[in-house]
Amino acid sequence: MRQIWDFHGGIHPPENKHQSTRQAIKNAGIPQYLFLPLSQHIGQPAVPVVEIGQRVRKGEMVAEAIGPVSVPVHAPTSGTVIAIEDHQVPHPSGLTDSCIVIETDGLDEWTELTPCEDYEELSSSDILHRVRQAGIAGLGGAGFPTAIKLHPPRNDKVNALILNAAECEPYITADDMLMRERASEVIGGLEIMASILQPEECLIGIEDNKPEAIAALREAARETQIEVVVIPTKYPSGGEKQLIRILTGLEVPQGHIPADIGVMCQNVGTSAAVYRAIRYGEPLISRITTVTGDAVAHPGNFDTLIGTRMSHLLTQAGFNADKASRVLMGGPMMGFALLSTDIPIVKTTNCLLAATDLEFPQPQPEQPCIRCGMCAEACPAELLPQQLFWFAKAQEFEKAEMYNLFDCIECGACSYVCPSSIPLVQYYRYSKNQVRTTKLEQEKSDKARERFEFRQSRLQREQEEKEAKRKARAEAAAKAQAARAAEAEAAVDPKKAAVAEAVKRAQAKREQASAPLADLTELESNVQKAKDKLAKVEASLQQAEADQSDMTDKLRNAVAKNRDRLEFAEKALADARKQSSDSDNTGTNTPPQDTEQLQRSIKRQEDKVATLKNAIEEALKSDPDRAAQLQPSLDKSLAKLAELKSALGTNSSDQSENNTPAPDPEQLQVQVDKARDKLLMMQGMLDEARQESPSDDAKVTKLTRAVEKNQERLTAAEKALTDAQQQATPVAPKISAEELETLRTNIDKARDKLSMMQGMLDEAQTESPEDEAKIAKLTRAVEKNLERVNAAETAYQEAGGEIRDPVSQS
Amino acid sequence: MSVVIIAVLALLALAITFGAILGFASVRFKVEGNPLVDQIDGILPQTQCGQCGYPGCRPYAEAIAGGDAINKCPPGGESTIAALADLLDVDPMPLDEEHGVSQGKRVAFIREDECIGCTKCIQACPVDAILGAAKQMHTVIVDECTGCDLCVDPCPVDCIDMIPVGQTIRDWSWDKPGSKPIDSRQIIATDLQAESNDQEAA
Repeated sequence: MRQIWDFHGGIHPPENKHQSTRQAIKNAGIPQYLFLPLSQHIGQPAVPVVEIGQRVRKGEMVAEAIGPVSVPVHAPTSGTVIAIEDHQVPHPSGLTDSCIVIETDGLDEWTELTPCEDYEELSSSDILHRVRQAGIAGLGGAGFPTAIKLHPPRNDKVNALILNAAECEPYITADDMLMRERASEVIGGLEIMASILQPEECLIGIEDNKPEAIAALREAARETQIEVVVIPTKYPSGGEKQLIRILTGLEVPQGHIPADIGVMCQNVGTSAAVYRAIRYGEPLISRITTVTGDAVAHPGNFDTLIGTRMSHLLTQAGFNADKASRVLMGGPMMGFALLSTDIPIVKTTNCLLAATDLEFPQPQPEQPCIRCGMCAEACPAELLPQQLFWFAKAQEFEKAEMYNLFDCIECGACSYVCPSSIPLVQYYRYSKNQVRTTKLEQEKSDKARERFEFRQSRLQREQEEKEAKRKARAEAAAKAQAARAAEAEAAVDPKKAAVAEAVKRAQAKREQASAPLADLTELESNVQKAKDKLAKVEASLQQAEADQSDMTDKLRNAVAKNRDRLEFAEKALADARKQSSDSDNTGTNTPPQDTEQLQRSIKRQEDKVATLKNAIEEALKSDPDRAAQLQPSLDKSLAKLAELKSALGTNSSDQSENNTPAPDPEQLQVQVDKARDKLLMMQGMLDEARQESPSDDAKVTKLTRAVEKNQERLTAAEKALTDAQQQATPVAPKISAEELETLRTNIDKARDKLSMMQGMLDEAQTESPEDEAKIAKLTRAVEKNLERVNAAETAYQEAGGEIRDPVSQS
Repeated sequence: MSVVIIAVLALLALAITFGAILGFASVRFKVEGNPLVDQIDGILPQTQCGQCGYPGCRPYAEAIAGGDAINKCPPGGESTIAALADLLDVDPMPLDEEHGVSQGKRVAFIREDECIGCTKCIQACPVDAILGAAKQMHTVIVDECTGCDLCVDPCPVDCIDMIPVGQTIRDWSWDKPGSKPIDSRQIIATDLQAESNDQEAA
């Protein structure tokens, strides 16, 4: 006799097994519709491989396993797939899940099977594969895929293979009847599993309340190494860990599986299914289900096709809906009440319990815990149910976890013994759910956080990359520009040089203008500088002449210009000397601006008068009233003009008293020079812009406009100068030799300019004859210069000079 | 008198020694950032919806650590407020309705026929849960969607719905016992009465 151990706690509820063992297993027949849930096991739901309208034969796979922890689903009989839809499934929630619906044809036509006479011919992996393909999941109640269970993860050596035949829960007799009637299948399945695992011993643990089954098993296992171990009846000896404890004395450590201690437990129903799958090639398409309870007339066990609706099965057992208060799936200890009987039998449905009110009255109201400790005594997992209860009630799930909440097997022994009718297991189930939900939510929120942070960093990175690219582009552009500028500098463009010179000169003049009473020394140094430069330019001209260079003309121009500049500088010096002596003498220095201003005002007033006169004339033609209205304004304007003119006369006489000629022709000359320089600069800029960016219309037009404006200004200044010279003539009829010389210089200057312009025009005509705008402009400039030269010559002749070589004649 | 001086000096020496040790420890074991923010952030539901008025959960966590009210998170609801109250040791308060009401878990759903592929929702999604490209139909990765609503407004054709997530068999959980008057599903061990009946019958 083998030694058996005892486990802690346990209870002895009334068994109520005799009702359903009175008759042999009956076939439940083929119902019209079968509902095959895709998830009848632990793990990933199977995936349908049939289409709606497809005919399937008995044993044909209708949904395949996806992923390692999954099992396929097979057609339990022949028929047509009419739907793949959500349907109520056996679950305490009463919720729906996806099912394949088959309309049976009653032919029960088998698909082709691959039977195997001798399993020893097959390798263990073949057997495992066939077990997996047969869709076998643990029939004890949990529905764990058997193929996975038979293949321990770390290939641990299995010392003891245990067949769980305890069936400790009251009312249920499915395994009992299976063993009584099909003991050889159970033993055959065990032998097949043993051939894979090669355990040291094979045990069948069976409670002593099933003498017929014990006898049948012993008979079937007579010539094998299998030992049938009879254990005392005590709930929950059928719990995996409890049965292992009873048979081997070993305890499965917390958080481990039995394979870790070299033990494996399989249900007897699973064993029979494995046998049929290997021997006949039949997948798991039916199971034995107990239908019992006071509300059925003929309680018994039924060989039921998976997917048969419970209502069909209950009808076969003589179900009286009026008597029944509740229908449970599973036993009274661990089962759950069904909200409907329109639910299919699945691989894990071992019992349907149709109970009357008398049999299963409504639970008593919960009363306060009296700390009697009976639950702790009954707990087969040696937990502290009271503590767990407190924590669950106070929602302190972390503490409950610390008190090993997850080691609870939910056997219900504690609830059963509780004198206060506290639904303890319900509290534990609730706590476990809460902990799991919280963990799932935490996982999800962690994932969301991760994704959020990743997104943030990605956006930031993109931003930075964009910024870096932008910077790189800007740098490249700056470099290119610098390179271009350097290139332009390197290739000394004469035109550009001229422009630069003009700019320089303009600056210098501006400086001079801003400081009219510039230091004499500075002016002297300017003169010296101009002299030096003139000498230098003349030297280079000589050299160029000697070399027959192209630059000769230009250099000659430059020499002339430099000479002008020298003269100008000298004049400025003389002027400054004179001015300083004047201011020393008189102490009064009437600003010439007054006169200028007055002149400007007069001009404005004259314009106004002209406009008014025009308006009046026009008005006289069309509207005499309006002319009358305008007449006073004209009078007023005329009066003002007269006033201004008299003011100017006074001012001039004032200035003549001060020996300062009214509108100082020299000053005007400076202005003309300035304007000319500016014009030149502008023209240079315009040419440059045209050459470099002909596409930039805006720039070109802007510059063109600027050039025109400068031209206008220049003409105005020149006119003012000639006016002043004419005006100056009567004031000083006897022109001094000095002034005559000035006029002479003017002519020279104008001639220089004319020749320069002509040179530019010639150059433009030869170099870019297609640039009509430029040529036209230059032509115009040449004409204007010619006029100017003529004007200067006239002035000189008027002044009494003699023209040596009039340009107009040349 | 010398006794007093010795005592004062001794205390001074001790003060300097311990001060130096503390100073060294505060530099050597300096904690970067505020660890409380991480804890608060761990409690917040990470929908990143911005209903609290902050641009995401972490900024709100920082605000709470800085003394802001704990009741501004509608997606978290009462349980988050309770957890925050527990962590910060303050009184739990009802959800501030100003920031929205606690709705059940929802996910975005794009009516794909109407989607014009403008990618506006993709840019709005804080957790990159929307797939799609310009002028291609977009779709929501349901498992990644936090139900934050942020994609609904930018949609120019209003083709995004927020669909409440229904209870499935896989996430169903038992109610707390006693929370419903009678729950006949909770059957475990009710045959205690049957035993007494048997005894009475016997």
